[in-house]
Amino acid sequence: MQSWAHGILGGALIGLSATLLLWSIGRIAGISGIVNGLASAPRSDRAWRAAFLVGLMAAGAVTMQFLPYAPARPQSASTPILLLAGLLVGFGTRMGNGCTSGHGVCGLGRLSWRSLAAVMTFMLAAIATVFIIRHVTVTLP
Amino acid sequence: MSRSVIAALASGALFGLGLAISGMTDRLVVLGFLDLYGDFNPQLAFVLAGAVMVTALAFRFVLRLPRPRIAAEFRLPVETKVDRPLLFGAAIFGVGWGLIGFCPGPALVGLAGGLQDAMIFVPAMLAGSFAHYLVERRGKIGAE
Repeated sequence: MQSWAHGILGGALIGLSATLLLWSIGRIAGISGIVNGLASAPRSDRAWRAAFLVGLMAAGAVTMQFLPYAPARPQSASTPILLLAGLLVGFGTRMGNGCTSGHGVCGLGRLSWRSLAAVMTFMLAAIATVFIIRHVTVTLP
Repeated sequence: MSRSVIAALASGALFGLGLAISGMTDRLVVLGFLDLYGDFNPQLAFVLAGAVMVTALAFRFVLRLPRPRIAAEFRLPVETKVDRPLLFGAAIFGVGWGLIGFCPGPALVGLAGGLQDAMIFVPAMLAGSFAHYLVERRGKIGAE
């Protein structure tokens, strides 16, 4: 089990990552935006996106192999729910122009009201969804 | 490799390292944070706090620079108003996030790390994003 110190440390590394990207090439480290631009941005604007995602996935995957608290690999949720959740996350982050990293880490760091509104909205929607799934029992008559 | 590609690669690597160390690739840890009325796990709050403490401080200094180190200009979001697409999009994302506990970054890392859940989730996520692109394009054509 990871401790709060791992959380703060990991969070600070994520903050440093976003700072490095902004300082070096002037871009926002929003994962959903970087992914979406991979297909739709002008050709000259794609190489840094691909490089960022390669770094993200490679470093993350390697680190996971050495952690005592890495998540279990076998499928742990039903396929239809995984597909539905993926569709909603992909659709919603594109519609709302950002996810936990773009609106959360970077938007809040820029003190953007728009991002704060987005973060509050997706947090509340997610908390309500978990509440319904885990704590509301539907009793059929 | 150009310098901007190397910078992006290093930035992505730091991000992936941070997500893995903080435990965010474990969707059950994330669901634990969202489960206020059950087995609450505050880990995500520590991660977000750690990240925003760094960005809130560092971005102020970076954005005072005349330009980024390796690019002509800062490319920040221009939209500032809170509109319906923002709130609807965020709400739809939130429901999907709450269903499983994956948001885009941890899902991509999980995919690379061999999590079977992510292998199903990520293709659906890309399809969802593409679906919005199609809907938006259709709306634009209809509005002309």
